[in-house]
Amino acid sequence: MAAAVPLGLLVLLLLGPVDWGHAEPPRDSLREELVITPLPSGDVAATFQFRTRWDSELQREGVSHYRLFPKALGQLISKYSLRELHLSFTQGFWRTRYWGPPFLQAPSGAELWVWFQDTVTDVDKSWKELSNVLSGIFCASLNFIDSTNTVTPTASFKPLGLANDTDHYFLRYAVLPREVVCTENLTPWKKLLPCSSKAGLSVLLKADRLFHTSYHSQAVHIRPVCRNARCTSISWELRQTLSVVFDAFITGQGKKDWSLFRMFSRTLTEPCPLASESRVYVDITSCNQDNETLEVNPPPTTTYQDIILGTQKTYAVYDLLDTALINNSRNFNLQLKWKRPPENGYIHYEPAQDRRQPHLLEMLIQLPANSVTKVSIQFERALLKWTEYTPDPNHGFYVSPSVLSALVPSVVAAKPVDWEGSPLFNTLFPVSDGSSYFLRLYTEPLLVNLPTPDFSMPYNVICLTCTVVAVCYGSFYNLLTRTFHIEEPRTGGLAKRLANLIRRARGVPPL
Amino acid sequence: MAASAAAAAATDLEVVRGKRAALFFAAVAIVLGLPLWWKTTETYRAPLPYSQISGLNALQLRLMVPVTVVFARESVPLDDQEKLPFTVVHEREIPLKYKMKIKCRFQKAYRRALDHEEEALSLGSVQEAEAMLAEQNEQAEGSMIVYVISEHSSLLPQDMMSYIGPGRTAVVRGIMHREAFNIIGHRIIQVAQAMSLTEDVLAAALADHLPEDKWSSDKRRPLKSSLGYEITFSLLNPDPKSHDVHWDIEGAVRRYVQPFLNVLSAAGNFSVDSQILYYAMLGVNPRFDPVSSSYYLAMNNLPHVINPVESRLGSSATSLYPVLNFLLYVPELAHSPLYIQDKDGAPVATNAFHSPRWGGIMVYNVDPKAYNSSELPVRVEVDMVRVMEVFLSQLRLLFGISQPQVPPKCLLSGPKSEGLMTWELDRLLWARSVENLATATTTLTSLAQLLGKISNIVIKDDVASEVYKAVSAVQKAAEELASGHLSSAFVASQEAVTSSERAFFDPSLLHLLYFPDDQKFAIYIPLFLPMAVPILLSLVKIFLEARKSWKKPEKID
Repeated sequence: MAAAVPLGLLVLLLLGPVDWGHAEPPRDSLREELVITPLPSGDVAATFQFRTRWDSELQREGVSHYRLFPKALGQLISKYSLRELHLSFTQGFWRTRYWGPPFLQAPSGAELWVWFQDTVTDVDKSWKELSNVLSGIFCASLNFIDSTNTVTPTASFKPLGLANDTDHYFLRYAVLPREVVCTENLTPWKKLLPCSSKAGLSVLLKADRLFHTSYHSQAVHIRPVCRNARCTSISWELRQTLSVVFDAFITGQGKKDWSLFRMFSRTLTEPCPLASESRVYVDITSCNQDNETLEVNPPPTTTYQDIILGTQKTYAVYDLLDTALINNSRNFNLQLKWKRPPENGYIHYEPAQDRRQPHLLEMLIQLPANSVTKVSIQFERALLKWTEYTPDPNHGFYVSPSVLSALVPSVVAAKPVDWEGSPLFNTLFPVSDGSSYFLRLYTEPLLVNLPTPDFSMPYNVICLTCTVVAVCYGSFYNLLTRTFHIEEPRTGGLAKRLANLIRRARGVPPL
Repeated sequence: MAASAAAAAATDLEVVRGKRAALFFAAVAIVLGLPLWWKTTETYRAPLPYSQISGLNALQLRLMVPVTVVFARESVPLDDQEKLPFTVVHEREIPLKYKMKIKCRFQKAYRRALDHEEEALSLGSVQEAEAMLAEQNEQAEGSMIVYVISEHSSLLPQDMMSYIGPGRTAVVRGIMHREAFNIIGHRIIQVAQAMSLTEDVLAAALADHLPEDKWSSDKRRPLKSSLGYEITFSLLNPDPKSHDVHWDIEGAVRRYVQPFLNVLSAAGNFSVDSQILYYAMLGVNPRFDPVSSSYYLAMNNLPHVINPVESRLGSSATSLYPVLNFLLYVPELAHSPLYIQDKDGAPVATNAFHSPRWGGIMVYNVDPKAYNSSELPVRVEVDMVRVMEVFLSQLRLLFGISQPQVPPKCLLSGPKSEGLMTWELDRLLWARSVENLATATTTLTSLAQLLGKISNIVIKDDVASEVYKAVSAVQKAAEELASGHLSSAFVASQEAVTSSERAFFDPSLLHLLYFPDDQKFAIYIPLFLPMAVPILLSLVKIFLEARKSWKKPEKID
């Protein structure tokens, strides 16, 4: 912006009828929450969730007015007719064996899966454009998503939100395991928050601390949800989640102690005035079970107990808002039912087509308890076309992580979940009943070393071929253009000359 | 002896055969090898209309404005009335330092008033007359009707000579004089120029293509012509703890912005949206003025205000149209009230400023009385009439709809309810058509230059067809302008810009661009050098021998 000119001239244009009705109650709301879980390994996991709910039907309105919901994402939804969008950027790998089950795992790198509305005619084109736009918004290389790494799963990745029909034609899924997540992905993610990083829980999101962690995963989930109990109209829900695992053991000099300041080098100062709910949960389950006493300072006013991921958990609750919590005990009548998996196994396999689409293997298996199931796939290493190699081919090639979606029977029977009332981390996945809970796990991406050619080879081949051709041509040319003529045999050879030399020395006339 | 002669003959035969073989090799290499190599390594370049493109530079734009001049009874002397109807053409060149010659041509068709027009013109006020005439006439874009009324008609106030209406009509007072047509014709031209084309309008439209002068920054204020525009209204609330700001943007857009854009929709597609941004600060700390106990932003600070805010605004992810931003800034409690100062240090009445080709910012101070009554946060209802007045006048400026230069003693009607007069829209369309033509011509010329200069660029058929389309669209637009069909000329000029840009930015142009000559030679030399050297050597040898054998006979002589 080079220059700014004060507006001197004002044209009085219009004096229309003035009827200022008072603005309706805000049609969008923000809830934010931080769950801090001490992990069995001694690390500390912090999971932020920011949920913006917007009671608006984005598809219908021509002129769009945004308040808390970010404009960039809202425009995406209406332009590309999205039904659901799930995007995650992850650095590191959630080690379930040491850390226990995560609330929401994501594969290393970038993962994007999108359900389009059934009004979209050319899904592949929209998918391509969408991934390009998202790569611009989040400064990520999502533009490398193309048909070679996109699949359409048919059994997994059902819509997480409100959905009438689930025609898998409108689903696209892609993973970029190579994607490196860094500050430039976090900054645009933070900009989508209504309070930016100025107030509320988001002040803790300081990039230099968040990326010095064992695990960093940030995600954006957009889905339609029911607006009221009877589900007469829909609202849009934007969940921005960020999970980090701090290696508290190392930074805390061998102690398991942690504090917000030590982890984030920031403390919470003020609540976000726009948030209707702003809470911090601290997992104090081990306090009750073990004899090891766990002291939380300041002592919590309330605690929250529930069955999370199949185990009984106790959380200390801190409400950041001074005033009483805005009570939205609207009963959430869940409409979506998860289809019970068929008893017999289900195998879906789509073979890869070279340079067109990857392999997709989906298996629905019921696993017996305490058993080990191994799925192994044989593959052959092949040479690629020489232009298809990445700039550092010796680094290896990533194979996207496999996904394990499971309904795990719960140890303790949970009471039916009250969707609006319970904390956000407990309502991420729709669960049909309390006897089981849903879990999605990702394996590590596989790094495969492919045979790499000598990249100066093409030039060497050219040189070698040319030399061979030139040699052949040269002898042929020589043979054809050389003049042959018969030469008289010269009299005498070396012996005769030698003899003459000796004879001259002796004074005898030469031969 | 005979044997040696036979041997010499055989040797001669051998020599001749060798020579022939060498010559044949050379011939094959030149006749077959070279064309084959040339053909297989050639880059595909579709033919382009280079001569037509260079012809576009010397294009003469003739902007024809059809003016119908209607003479009411007693407007001119009777014997002059007898001469009606006839047509007068007034043409003049618009002096601009631009390679295109632009001529403006007013084609005035004089005729007598029809009965219903006489009736309308005899009404009491000019507004009524206009309303009645508007019912009867349907006018094409770019044309206009001038009514000449009698010298003593009470339709206009006595001291006014002419009147410009909100539609495409104007009224001019007639005269009873021997030279009536000349005098009236002069007045008509004055009015018509104010309503259609003036140098200023065209200079602003061509600002990017004209050499810089001291006025250019002012002329570069309007947005560049585009197929569509995005308008974003943003409410910046840097202090949500103290201010709970509400604005009825839906209603304001519906009531004020949408009618204005509906009129303007002939000039492009518009999309409007709004957002509220919290904790969005200005980049400059306002200074405190102890006298009025208020804060102020000095004019030289204003350019620094925008950049930090802009990162929060979020560029539109879903379209490629230029974005116009209008920001309403409610200053934080610690910095209120906040005023913008102009050059002389006086507060700007509107408390707003605009930035060329970017948008506008208005500072909206919260009424200080609000703080007394209640505790924080204070609920603030934004007065949208005040805000939209400012934003709409900024919008007019950014679209280059400036105030016309009204000739002396001319009455200008008030604006229509949409905030835009029909002839202002026409004027915008003229300017945009000329701008589009200039842009398309420049794009095509530089594309032709580029393709001529770099011979490695592949020109595909679809790029070539876009170029052809753009050239023909430019020519069509010029023709339509010359024949006075403004709307079709505008459409054609937009098409020209779109096609030319599509050709210019086609990614296929870049495919083989990076193929430097040294790499080519590195690949060719291992083959070409060993093959060419023997051929060349034997050719040189043959040539030398042939010259020797030519010289020998001379010596004998």
